[in-house]
Amino acid sequence: MSGMLAIYYREILILRKKFFRQIASMAVSPLLYLVAFGLGMGRDVRVGGHAYLEFLIPGLVAMSSMVQAFAIASEINIARFYWHIFEEFQAAPIRNIAYVTGEVLAGITRALFSTLIILVIGFFSGVTLAYNFQFWLAVLLNSFVFASLAVGLAMLVKSHSDQALLSNFFITPMAFLGGTFFPVDKMPDWARTILHFLPLTHASSAIRAAAFNEPADPFSYLLLAGLGVALFVLAFQCVNRARE
Amino acid sequence: MIRIENLTKKYNRTEALKGVSLHVPAGELFAYLGPNGSGKTTTIKILTGLAVPTSGEAWLHGYHIGRQSIEAKRQCGLVPQNINLDNELTVYENLDLHGKLFQMPKRERAAKIAELLEYVDAADRKDSPAKHLSGGLRRRIMIARALMHSPKILFLDEPTAGLDPAIRRRIWSLVKKIQQGGATIFLTTHYIEEAEFLADRVAFLDEGKIVALDMPQNLMDRLGAWALDRIENGAMQTRYFRDRDEANRSIGGQDDSFSVRRVNLEDVFISFTGKKVQP
Repeated sequence: MSGMLAIYYREILILRKKFFRQIASMAVSPLLYLVAFGLGMGRDVRVGGHAYLEFLIPGLVAMSSMVQAFAIASEINIARFYWHIFEEFQAAPIRNIAYVTGEVLAGITRALFSTLIILVIGFFSGVTLAYNFQFWLAVLLNSFVFASLAVGLAMLVKSHSDQALLSNFFITPMAFLGGTFFPVDKMPDWARTILHFLPLTHASSAIRAAAFNEPADPFSYLLLAGLGVALFVLAFQCVNRARE
Repeated sequence: MIRIENLTKKYNRTEALKGVSLHVPAGELFAYLGPNGSGKTTTIKILTGLAVPTSGEAWLHGYHIGRQSIEAKRQCGLVPQNINLDNELTVYENLDLHGKLFQMPKRERAAKIAELLEYVDAADRKDSPAKHLSGGLRRRIMIARALMHSPKILFLDEPTAGLDPAIRRRIWSLVKKIQQGGATIFLTTHYIEEAEFLADRVAFLDEGKIVALDMPQNLMDRLGAWALDRIENGAMQTRYFRDRDEANRSIGGQDDSFSVRRVNLEDVFISFTGKKVQP
């Protein structure tokens, strides 16, 4: 427990030191998307019975929480490859599960911050949605999935550039195709089948349903929880294997 | 205190360690010498939990490094070869984080940080970001950090690499002081004079094997007390003698370039391996 808190403390300390930079960096992409897709398309465009801006905000929450949770991988890699701080953690009397939990919690914290930023941006854009328990649960599960994936992959990559490659191949396509900007149901059957394998599709759908006070598909929550646990176990195995 | 039995380590097809065995008793300052790539850092990485041995066993203060890894890690402090302070954090925060990782209570951490910063003569830099420190000060802070949890064994992996001679000597004094405080010190270095000055015993490692292990003076006595270096046919030749007169007599009337000097540990290493201890 104390080992996990030490790992979490270090990440939060760094987040605090770079707070305004981090907030600005978390806000810039959603703001651009909001301006480009939301305001740019006008308030008259409606999707699934809602104004496009209302449709977009939950999608941006899903996307941004994914990106920020996954960004913990970059912090881990900087610590591993540039500053060699990972050695300090490896030599400490803490269990690998404590390390993984601390880093995953740090990823979730970043994701929650980014969600709050989008909600504030949404509020100033005149969008108010239902931010109920199901909404936050879906955000939390989405963050859990991608923070766990980030820790696992950060242990597998051999350099910081490999990490960027993984982001380009997995996270960026998912950000655009996972129901963030358009309803997946409007896609052709073959594309819809593929996109339903993406965890972000389920996260967007669950977050959006909760935000609109509509009944959510419990399968999405179960899938995110199951995948999150599986990726957490994988991350634990990867930390074990990170020793030379 | 440190017991290693038949330790081996393979990286793919490369054998970094080929059956290393040794015992370092409590309170000893043990120097592990060898050229780069000889297996010094690999040994330290295995002992401190950063690497897994291919075979063999080791104990730190009676705790097995594999089966009792958490307890074994509690016994040791590590100053790695790479500067690995957290650049985003201040000196105080770096030490505090280490204390948290070793489950030290808050009050104990604060007291220990104050004590150690005095100890390494860096009390005035406690709020400086690590990235603003000089190389020598970073090393001293890393040593302070490794001492935070009062380890019984301190691993120093090339602690003076890249430092200028004055700062190197300052680190030596600090290392001696730590040993006098009761810690067992396992030091790797490729600076021969560092081992001669500091070590109670030295082991020479070459291509993953220990080729000699004894007290520095005993190792040097095996060769003699004096060395005569002479350029013969364009190559340096060294011969060893029990006393200086004998060395001088062997020069005879020849007018070759030569020098007579004390035998040092480098001579011992060369005589065992045919190589120089160079980075």
